[in-house]
Amino acid sequence: MSNRRNVELALLVFAWVLGILGTLQVGWSTGEGTPPRLWITTGAVALIALAMHLVVRFRAAYADPIMLPVGTLLTIFGLIMIYRLDVADARRAELNGAPIPTPDVYSQLTWFAIAGILFCGVLILLRDHRRLQRYTFTFGLLGLFLMVLPLAPVIGTTVNGATLWIRVGTFSFQPAEIAKILLTIFFAGYLVKTRDSLALVRTKVLGVGLPRAKDLGPIVIAWAISLGVLVFQRDLGTSLLFFGLFVSMLYIATQRRSWLFIGFFLFLGGAYFAYSTFGHVQARVSVWIDPWTYADTTGYQIVQSIYGLANGGILGAGLGQGFPDLVPFASTDFIISALGEELGITGIFAILLLYGILIERGLRTAITCRDGFGQLLAAGLSITFALQVFVIVGGVTGLVPLTGLTTPFLSYGGSSLIANWVILALLLRISDRSRRPDLSKVSPDDAMTQVVPRLKQS
Amino acid sequence: MSELALTLVRLAFLALLWGFVLATVLVLRRDIRQPADATSSGKTEKKSKGRQPKPPKPPKISRKQKVRGNRLVVIDGPLVGTVIALDGKQITLGRAPDSTIIIDDDYASSRHARIYESEGSWVVEDLGSTNGTWIDRSRITTPTVLPVGAPLRIGRSTLQIQN
Repeated sequence: MSNRRNVELALLVFAWVLGILGTLQVGWSTGEGTPPRLWITTGAVALIALAMHLVVRFRAAYADPIMLPVGTLLTIFGLIMIYRLDVADARRAELNGAPIPTPDVYSQLTWFAIAGILFCGVLILLRDHRRLQRYTFTFGLLGLFLMVLPLAPVIGTTVNGATLWIRVGTFSFQPAEIAKILLTIFFAGYLVKTRDSLALVRTKVLGVGLPRAKDLGPIVIAWAISLGVLVFQRDLGTSLLFFGLFVSMLYIATQRRSWLFIGFFLFLGGAYFAYSTFGHVQARVSVWIDPWTYADTTGYQIVQSIYGLANGGILGAGLGQGFPDLVPFASTDFIISALGEELGITGIFAILLLYGILIERGLRTAITCRDGFGQLLAAGLSITFALQVFVIVGGVTGLVPLTGLTTPFLSYGGSSLIANWVILALLLRISDRSRRPDLSKVSPDDAMTQVVPRLKQS
Repeated sequence: MSELALTLVRLAFLALLWGFVLATVLVLRRDIRQPADATSSGKTEKKSKGRQPKPPKPPKISRKQKVRGNRLVVIDGPLVGTVIALDGKQITLGRAPDSTIIIDDDYASSRHARIYESEGSWVVEDLGSTNGTWIDRSRITTPTVLPVGAPLRIGRSTLQIQN
């Protein structure tokens, strides 16, 4: 059988060895020596990766062989960097005589284990992605509910100005990450049903075929929702992600360029509105235009990040030898600049290339998929990766205004890690369906064929 | 750890990282050149690892046999825009997941119809579907030649052979 599972296993082992080497390098160059729990932590990672591989081998045997190893390697890189920042934080605390903070790497590892369990759960329970289509509107409503959940009075929490978290006891979670998946399923299910009328019926205005006013409804609603997120939760990144996702899925579903124009102008309008209304958006934009003027205040983060990247140079300072902890939020929003400092542009390009490969595999899955819903779902899920990487890497390097989004797989944070692994599981499920060479063993859809009522012919 | 050893470890790490990227790209390249839809076993896949690119098959066959029409296009229905190259192989249509074109439509049967090549033209055969297979306005009962451009209706979908 040429289902490439052994290739996948080999790549996973490769990723794991890279992980051990990276961890050792951090230990050696910071003078910590071999990390104390090296074999427990790397063993745990190996166990999680092996479990995921075995589930893929037996439940999605024909799935793409590259996506799982790439996701694992990115997660491992995140773990290495978080461990490295833990070491730096402990050092700093020791110097200042403060108590040593609890290391983040173990909680991230726990989240990885939970993400792995969910990954396996999705692949085992969901035998056919088309089953998701039946719950299109349920998922849509659930997604919307999760989006507004942080605004709820008791459990909603505001962290650093953005109301994105819910907190129950000591457990906090970012529901927008899960909402992202649910809404992608909703968009795919909705667009696959309505794309004919969205694509075909249109009126000509100024030489551009524009859709009818009533067909514009959904895009306007999506736009209003993302503006709502911006207004009430003060989160630029999530708002941008949802709007971009919806416009690109509309474009893919209908193959009409006019949606891109409409989306672009709505985006310009929304951006102008946000800029003229909100102080924090204005602050972000002015920092983006000239970070050096605000180097000590609002631009501190981005300036430190740029210094870090400059310190990294071409080959990087080496893991454990830079100063990535000088950037605030180095383990979440700014993990790319931390990696950039220690691995240099050589390492960053490898990581970006890995993201590129991951997204390419997702889009290829969409192309080879044989049902409309799977195509749109795979394309939409890959686009969430693409948008997130673009927005956050662009923000950290000063290409676009900085918005708070997590870097898929790398960033410290449970909700994001879990959501991205569930997305990967869905992509592998679709990929397994579309690459399976012999489907005769699969029982055909047993649902009854509906009979067309016969009209009396004159 | 000496400075030199650390530098070596650092460079080795970067080299290995790029090694991983290259390995994935190699896997990817093989996947693109040998699409997974082929029912090939591991052996044939290894054989095709050789450098010579195979001559593209479909156009060769159609030129030789002068089959009229070389692609099947879905012109209406949920799958509108789907294009399937006709390369002499049989095409099955229906809701069953092993069909060449999966018509996800409540009005299509699991195994609705098949299209195959015979004596230089394409022939449609209804496989005992519930709602029938229609060429233009007439329901077909026997294997019927499908001319280029004629609308073939199955459930809510319309298909057409194009040149």
